Amino acid sequence: MKRLLKGGRVVDPVNGIDGVHDILIDGDRIVRVGRDLPVDGAQVVEIPKGLVICPGLIDMHVHLREPGQEHKETVATGTGSAVAGGFTAVACMPNTEPVNDNANVTAYILARAAEANLARVYPIGAVSRGSRGELLADIADLRRAGCVAITDDGHPVATALLLRRAMEYAGMFDMPVVEHCEDQTLKGDGVAHEGFHAASLGLRGIPGACEALGAERGILMSELTGSAFHVAHMSARASLRAVRNGKAAGIRVTCEVAPHHFTLTDEALGTPIPYDTNTKMNPPLREAADRDAMLSGIADGTVDVIATDHAPHHYDEKNVEFDRAPFGIVGLETAVPLALDRLVHAGVIRLPRLVELLSVNPARILRIPGGTLSEGAPADITILAPDLKVAIDAAALRSRSKNTPFNGWELRGGVAATIVGGRTVYVNSQVGLNL
Amino acid sequence: MTALTALRRKDLLAIADLSPEEISLILDTAEAMKEVGERPIKKVPALRGKTVVNLFYEPSTRTRTSFEIAEKRLSADTLNIAVASSSVVKGETLADTALNLEAMNPDMIVLRHSSSGACHLLSRICKSAIVNAGDGMHEHPTQALLDAFTIRERKKKLKGLKVAIIGDLLHSRVLRSNIQLLTKMGSEVWVCGPPTLMPAGIAQFGVQATSVIDEAIADADVVMLLRIQLERMEGAYFPSLREYFSVFGMTEARLKQAKSDVIIMHPGPMNRGVEIASEVADGPYSVILDQVANGVAVRMAVLYLLAGGANDEAAA
Amino acid sequence: MPTVMDADRIGRTLTRISHEIVERNRGVEDLVLIGIRTRGDHLARRLARSLRDIAGHDIPTGALDITLYRDDLMRQAVGPRAIVRKTEIPFSIDGRKILLVDDVLYSGRTIRAALDALIDFGRPKNIQLIVLVDRGHRELPIKADYVGKNLPTSLEESVQVYLEESDGRDEVVLQQGGAA
Repeated sequence: MKRLLKGGRVVDPVNGIDGVHDILIDGDRIVRVGRDLPVDGAQVVEIPKGLVICPGLIDMHVHLREPGQEHKETVATGTGSAVAGGFTAVACMPNTEPVNDNANVTAYILARAAEANLARVYPIGAVSRGSRGELLADIADLRRAGCVAITDDGHPVATALLLRRAMEYAGMFDMPVVEHCEDQTLKGDGVAHEGFHAASLGLRGIPGACEALGAERGILMSELTGSAFHVAHMSARASLRAVRNGKAAGIRVTCEVAPHHFTLTDEALGTPIPYDTNTKMNPPLREAADRDAMLSGIADGTVDVIATDHAPHHYDEKNVEFDRAPFGIVGLETAVPLALDRLVHAGVIRLPRLVELLSVNPARILRIPGGTLSEGAPADITILAPDLKVAIDAAALRSRSKNTPFNGWELRGGVAATIVGGRTVYVNSQVGLNL
Repeated sequence: MTALTALRRKDLLAIADLSPEEISLILDTAEAMKEVGERPIKKVPALRGKTVVNLFYEPSTRTRTSFEIAEKRLSADTLNIAVASSSVVKGETLADTALNLEAMNPDMIVLRHSSSGACHLLSRICKSAIVNAGDGMHEHPTQALLDAFTIRERKKKLKGLKVAIIGDLLHSRVLRSNIQLLTKMGSEVWVCGPPTLMPAGIAQFGVQATSVIDEAIADADVVMLLRIQLERMEGAYFPSLREYFSVFGMTEARLKQAKSDVIIMHPGPMNRGVEIASEVADGPYSVILDQVANGVAVRMAVLYLLAGGANDEAAA
Repeated sequence: MPTVMDADRIGRTLTRISHEIVERNRGVEDLVLIGIRTRGDHLARRLARSLRDIAGHDIPTGALDITLYRDDLMRQAVGPRAIVRKTEIPFSIDGRKILLVDDVLYSGRTIRAALDALIDFGRPKNIQLIVLVDRGHRELPIKADYVGKNLPTSLEESVQVYLEESDGRDEVVLQQGGAA
């Protein structure tokens, strides 16, 4: 069956397109992009003025929690949350129970993803067996089973030596190593960014240097091995400086920033809700200078990717004393509103650059299909409603967990619809779109 | 303007929440409460029929006893629940404990907990008034109030006094509450300790921070020493207790640089020969036992004022 | 706002009460004065001066704050509450004859609270009540032994006593509206 998306603003940075175009979809592929395409028997979908058609968004840092922590999230609920947030694909972290350190777990996740049949799922495998930081996982097996990268996310790869070996070995398959950058001795039992706000609330601090040390280590290992190194959920200005210098030196380093790190600061620890455990994540919300550095890195191109670090936790797990609560917040359904409101409408970047951050670059870094609306590409398409007024309602999230600090926020910009492989998997009822 | 006569709040979670007027009201009320403690029959019926739960997740004989005496002097019915921190791990959550207590409808809960912000969590769950008796490294508001009461008793004022606070600044809830209170009341606060025990962003607290003890003590009206937690400090934050005492210990010789009528305070329990020399602790400048005595009066004032404050807020 | 008593009248009334005290107690032996804060304590001190003039003796004088004994303490939902002030009774009341002093006698609840408070300080021989104004409307079985002025009032009226020590002038005023 053919469908013709007619009359929307198409933003496809890979092909240098930013203007009103039609898109013809045949089955699961894009067959033509152009102005005033002939209908030719296709079902016509009129795109209302103001909506933007872009290549499907890819969140390269998501915790789907399955197998093992299905009370927080499952592959089905997580990918449901993804498509509601405009993501056609997610890369899921290996810190499940058991850890995704072997082909069986990878196959299980992919089977659950196929059952759910919502967003595409690209598992990221573990660097080490059980992510224990001792012995390398079966990386070639993981690769064959479908993993697109390796990481010991949740914590850093235990030693520089292991990180070096992992990068050398994964380099064989041109798989990037994604690193949760953190010097654990410096982190200690810290629970919040080290600074005035944590100090006055009596919370143990985690300095930005803690993350930057991890980033520097990885960049040096990348220089040593020649393999690709990706800094996950970057939050500290010192890490940004490390990445910027690394890139300038020609080192294969890339990085991502989460929406909460370009939106919030550590001031949120105390206000509006003091000790709100939904402001507890790792890396922590940093001070204003760090948040502003993330914005400048996004603007100047140092930052490659916006990824959510979607980390669902059950209400009971978060409804505890701050220092006992787990780190992390859900992010899939708030990322687009935050990015449009805080980056595009705030004048930090323009839409094509946002599409690079949310689609083009994650596809490029993970070497997966997507990131473009080229003829012949999979019909993974996100339709944005940049001027839609969105009120975040935690209770209404499709994720199984509701742990967001953005409950009650009103933002400008949202998702109109999500199409995966030519199939409409999400339509926002607030937008008059007949898909 | 009418003078403030009640705390317009349900809970006392932090000095940071209080206005200078509220602090003065508590201190003034505590003066009347102190007199009650000097009577032959040390009991007034003010909180008759009120139930106060002392929920202590950390052992603290001193603070719990002080609260309990304060409650009894006000005729409240008191209930002590001591939860060993070991059973917290496998036992029920604070939220569940709070819900269970709440079901029994106490009027107030006095909470001591090792996690900063635990009282805020309790406050969100409970209708009862919550009194923070020390939460992690955050605040210990009644300690700061009794310190201020003791200073005011001796110096007749708080404004303009130079107060030097010396010791483990990083982990101290007493420090945080005292900084809040003293700066709100116009004192000049100096904090002093090794850089390893200095909180990040200390400059933003509105205090003078130094690691040079002579600078902190010079012309001080009040010297307040904070407890060094022996078990986790040595070798980690400074090389040895002996060395700590040699650099930061309060000795009579050092004290000569303070004002001649300086007073010495310590929230207890003291480590003699670590943060304070015995001659100083037992010397003429020491008001350490006054602090303990005043603790009861200040806690009576807080309990009494909150018992009415909750009503005021509900009606406002 | 009709003035019920002016400074002169208040002064003469206190002198008259002092004489009554001496007469009824056959001297000032074992007497102590305790004024209820705030204003009863000022009146108590004035009576002490006047009794000294008459009997040539200093009468121990104290001040009592009854806030913590009020029966409406935890029932009051709105409005300003009385600030708790210090009680100062720097002498034993055991076996003494207490002259309890208040400015206005109304429902009797303040006196009830004062009696409770005094019992906590010891066991006096007896307690005699002195009020500057008795405005009626008693809610408890309490009666003054010495009354400066009996003032019939309606419930809508309020009686306000102003004294030099706290208010800068001596005057008793009857006001419309507002229970005081």
